[in-house]
This record gives sequence, C-alpha cells and structure tokens, in this order.
Amino acid sequence: MLIGLAHYLTVAAILFTLGIFGIFLNRKNVIIMLMSIELMLLAVTINFVAFSVFLNNLIGQAFAMFVLTVAAAEAAIGLAILVVYFRNRGTIRVEDINMMKG
Amino acid sequence: MAVAVVFLPLLGAVIAGFFGRAIGDRGAQLVTCGALLLSAVLGCFLFRDILASDEVRVIPLANWIIAGGVDVAWSLRLDTLSGVMIVVVTVVSSMVHVYSIGYMHGDPSIPRFMSFLSLFTFFMLALVTSDNFVQLFFGWEGVGLMSYLLVGFWYDRPSANAAAIKAFLVNRVGDFGFSLGIYSIFVIFGSLDFSTVFGAAPKAVGTTMEFLGWHVDSLTLACILLFIGAMGKSAQIPLHTWLPDAMEGPTPVSALIHAATMVTAGVFMVARLSPLFEYAPTALGVVGIIGGTTAIFAASIGMAQPDIKKVVAYSTCSQLGYMFAAAGVSAYGAAIFHLFTHAFFKGLLFLCCGSVIHAMGGEQDMRRMGGLWRKTPITYVTMWIGALSLSAIPFFSGYYSKDTILEAAWASGSAVGRYAWVLGTVAALMTAFYISRVMFMTFHGEPRAGEEAMHHAHESPWVMLIPLIVLAIGATLFGFLGYDFFVGNERVAFWKSSILVLPQYDSLAVAEGVPALVRFMPLIFALIGIAIAYVFYIADPQLPIRLAAQFRALYLFLLNKWYFDELYDWLFVRTAFVLGNGLWRSGDGAVIDGFGPNGVAAVTRDLARQASRLQTGYLYHYAFAMMIGLVALVTWYLFPR
Repeated sequence: MLIGLAHYLTVAAILFTLGIFGIFLNRKNVIIMLMSIELMLLAVTINFVAFSVFLNNLIGQAFAMFVLTVAAAEAAIGLAILVVYFRNRGTIRVEDINMMKG
Repeated sequence: MAVAVVFLPLLGAVIAGFFGRAIGDRGAQLVTCGALLLSAVLGCFLFRDILASDEVRVIPLANWIIAGGVDVAWSLRLDTLSGVMIVVVTVVSSMVHVYSIGYMHGDPSIPRFMSFLSLFTFFMLALVTSDNFVQLFFGWEGVGLMSYLLVGFWYDRPSANAAAIKAFLVNRVGDFGFSLGIYSIFVIFGSLDFSTVFGAAPKAVGTTMEFLGWHVDSLTLACILLFIGAMGKSAQIPLHTWLPDAMEGPTPVSALIHAATMVTAGVFMVARLSPLFEYAPTALGVVGIIGGTTAIFAASIGMAQPDIKKVVAYSTCSQLGYMFAAAGVSAYGAAIFHLFTHAFFKGLLFLCCGSVIHAMGGEQDMRRMGGLWRKTPITYVTMWIGALSLSAIPFFSGYYSKDTILEAAWASGSAVGRYAWVLGTVAALMTAFYISRVMFMTFHGEPRAGEEAMHHAHESPWVMLIPLIVLAIGATLFGFLGYDFFVGNERVAFWKSSILVLPQYDSLAVAEGVPALVRFMPLIFALIGIAIAYVFYIADPQLPIRLAAQFRALYLFLLNKWYFDELYDWLFVRTAFVLGNGLWRSGDGAVIDGFGPNGVAAVTRDLARQASRLQTGYLYHYAFAMMIGLVALVTWYLFPR
C-alpha cells in the first residue's frame, strides 16, 4: 500500500482532534493541557511537512522548524508559569483555576 | 422736565442699589431722598404746566417693539389724569422716603430698602405716564415685583416670605386677566396705543367676539378682563386676600405701596380706560357691584381685627371699593378725587401706625396699647386728622371725596348705583367705628402695656414727624381745595380729554340735586359710628367683650375675615397639593421614572447579570467557545451560499 498525502493528513487530523479533546475533557491537570497544545502543534507541523514534500516546496519544512522552536519556547514558559502558579496557589487542578470569573 | 420727574427715582435707585456699599447708609438715604424730593417738586411744577396747556402731550422716548402689526413705543403721556397721579406718587413717595430714614434706623440693609422704594416709585411713574397698554403692563408688573421684594424685605422672617409669595401669586391671577384683556384689545382694535384705541372705541360697540366658545360683546369682555387685573392689584373681593398679609412688610412700605400708590393703580387704570368702559355699561356695572361689595365687606372685617396695621389695611381695601363704586357709576372724577385724598390720609394713617409701633417697640396688637397720647402728642394729633378724614367728617379731605362718591352713586339712579349707595353708607358707619376704635384703643383709656413698655414709649424723631405733618396738611386741605376742580364746577375744564364720560351717564352732573337726606345720611352714620366706638372703648370697655361673647359666631366670622383664607386654602391650595402629590407619585414616580431612567437601568442590570453567568472563568470553556467560533466561521466560508 502506497502511503499518500491523505494518510499523513489523517494522522495529523487525528492528533489535532486528540489535542482538542485533551484540552476540553481534561479536568485534572494543567500539564496535560500543555501537552495537548504540543500535540496540536505537532499535528500542524506534520501537515506542514507533508504538504512540503508533496508540493516540492521547502518553505513548509522551514516553517516546521519554526513551529518546533516556538513550541519548545512555549512549553518552557508554560511550565515556568505553572511552577510559579503552584508556588502561589498550592494547586494546579484545572477546576480550581477560575479567577477569570467575574 | 417730565423725563426728569420719571427717571430721577430710577437714578436714585440705581445709585443706592449698586453703590450702596460704597456710599454707605447715609449716602444712600441722601441720594434717594434728594432724588425723590427733587422729583416731587418738579412733579408739582409739571402738574401746573399740564393744567395750563390744553392738549394731551406725549413725549416719545424710544421705540420698544416693532413686529408686524405690533408697534409699541416708550413714551410719557401727560394729561390731567397722569398729572394728578404724578403729584400723588412723587409727594407721598418722597414723604415716605424721608420717614424711612427714621423708621428703618439701625436696619442692616438700608441701601437696599431705599433703592427698592425708589425703584418702586419709578415703576409707578412709568405706569401712570404710559401711553399704551404694554407700557402700562410694564409698570404694572414692575410695581408688583417691587411689592413682592418690599413685603419680603425682612426675608429672615418666614411669615414675611409667605406674605410676599401670596401677594405675588394672587396678583398673578389678576394679571392673567389683565394680559388676556390686552390681547383682546389688540384683537378688537389691532393697536395698543391709547389714542388709537380710544378713538376707535365708539365703532367697536356692538361687535362680538368668540371667547371660550361663547359669542360675547367684545368691549364688555375686554373691559371685564382688564378689570380682573385691577381687582388683583387693588385688592378687590375676591382677590383681596393678599393685602392684609402684605402688612408683614415694613410700615413705610405699607404706607407707600399698600395705601397710597400701587393698590390704587387699578382705579387709575379704570379711569384711564374710561373711553372704553363708557361704551361697556355691563362691565361698569360689574365694577360698581364689586366695588360696593368690597367696601362693606372689608369694613366689616376691619371692625374686629386686633392688629393696628390690619385694621388700616382692611380700611384701604374698603376705600378702594368706594373708588371702584364711583368708577362704576361713571364718576371717574370722584374716584380719582378719592384716590387723591385717600393717598394722603391713608398714607398718613399708616405712617402714624408706624410711629405708634416705633414708640411701642414693635408692638402691633392694639389690646396691649392705650393711653399713648401723652407720650406721642404729634403722632396723636396727626393720626386724629387722618382718622377724621377717613371717617368723612366735614372739612377734612375725605369728607369731600367720599360724600361725592355716595351722592354720585345715588344720583346715577341705576340699580348698581343704589346698591353701591346703600352699602357705601353702611360702610361709612363701619369705617368711622373701626378707625375711632383704633384711636381710642391706642391713644385713650388706661395703658394696657406693661410698666416698662410705657416707660420706654417715646415720640418719634423729627425726621419721622415732618412727613406726618406734611401729609396731615394734605389730608386737611386738599379735599377743600380740590373739590371744585376734581368733581365740582370746574371739572370739565380740569379733566379736559383725559377722562371721557358720556352725557347720559354723567352722574356727577346730577349729583348736586340729590335729596338732603341722602346727602347727610353718610355724615350721620359716621357720627353714629364714632359715638358707638366711644361707648365701646371709653365709656364701657367691658361692653365689646360681652357683645363678642354673646354674638360669638358673628365675631369669629369677622375676626377670621369671613373665612376667605380657609376657603381658598381648601379650594385651591389643598387641591393643588393633592393634584401635585398625585402627579408626582403616579405620574412622575411610577410612569416616567418607572419606564424611563429606572426602567432602563433595571433592564441593563438584568442583561448584565445574564451575560456574566456566561463567564465561568474555566479556561477550557473559553477555548471551547473559540473553537466553536472558528468552526462556525470556517463552515461559513467553506459552504458557499
């Protein structure tokens, strides 16, 4: 069986959907939310790479590098915020983070 | 010269009013008194000039309103009628100015007082010299305003404020009629100038106009509406209630405004508009009936009042009634004659009251006076002159004018005239009674004031006594001197064209021929009145108390002024309060606020509460919303319509 563009896109879509559900259905831990965001970014990166290969355009792969960099930075900052948050509030349970409620 | 007479008081008022602080009390008194005395002297010369010239002089000053058909100018109309009024106003006013120096001694705001008095005099002069209805109205409202300010002069007294507001409001009722009258004059004649209107008056007889859905005789309507204004200003029943309350003002104000000048503006107006009233006999009948009724009504109240100023105030009301009764039988000359003499003797009586009050240290209740005549001999003598003149005792000025009115009323032969004669004659008895009662209770008998008050009682300073003496001379002589000119043989040559009397209504012409009984009846009644007062208050002081106890209902009825204030309170004030409260609570509170500001605010608050419930604060809810939005947008673009 030849592995074509549709397969890559399907995998990416499944990953993306997993990421979304990870965010929405997860009530326990903020770290899982960060991981889900990483998952969604990776799904997008897969799309970039796949299209780059099938369209013979290297810009897509260059963007994939950018996305990875941004994702790493985002994860670092997110984790740092989490550490500070835990130090201040003593919890990182998602249900407890509702300070934005008016 | 005429300009100087009218505007000198204004000048004095402006200087005293705006620069009162700079020139001080003494300066303000000097400026206003000087301006007024000069104005009075010039006024007398002006009067002589007017009498010498044969035609009506009109001095144009400036244009005022030129708008379409309305053409109104500032101008001074000088004829015998305005001349007489100028003399009365300036002379009495200057005397009151001088008197005020003594009476208001020690008051903290003398410049304001003097300025108001002078400004009042200016407005009054503008009123009497007006050449058109609008300027007449200008002076009319101006004197009303000054009356308000002067009655409420002691503004820290709640009763003075209430009296001032009452005077203003009751006058508004009259002025409403007056302005409607002016409008109807404009509708009928298309002009507001006296000469144009008077010239066209005979042609307007019999025309009708529509008023409140009725077709009415246009001249009668206009005259009655104008007379309503006069009723308000001259305190005729049923718009009289403000005058007695206006006694809250300082006594010189009562003398000037509420005895000599402003309240007589109504009489002046009827006389000035005689060329209209003569062609509206029905309106004249109304004038006569109202006048006669007020004469006896106010006199009856005056008999029972304990406050010395209130008695004199009701007396003024009653005497104004006589004047209107005279006007009602076309004896305008007699009305103005009585106005003239009344200004002197009533101004005198008021100033004497002021002197008495001054002597008693502010006491106005006659039941706490008595035996004052040794302490204040000059006030005593001058006040008796005023009282005898008011009672129409022969050779005092009131005798000539009041008896002429009653003779003319009888001689006119009409039902209104007979009515006015009967009421006026009975009122003459009451008049003599109440004014003698004032004299006996104040000056004679045993002192009823405390030892200390009697010890402090003293004659007023000369600056107050000289005006009394001047006015007393006027109250003694002017009736005798003026009789021939005002109402006697010279009257046609005297009044010239300023007063119009149709030959068939000329009651003064036939007044000479009334029966002797009619002629002497008022005098006999006046003497009886004085005698009764003597019996009541000197010979047997217990008698009035027993009578009051025996006829308690009648006594209370008179003491409470026929319950007019209570009636009006119940009829108008209460109703207005109920209506106002109802509109406030249900109209403004429930409807306007309910649907307006408060309603909008409540709806906004509810919507905001609903919206805030959407904000859970959970991150994933916001993310979900964003996602849904994104999906919706993408769907929208992917599926073309």
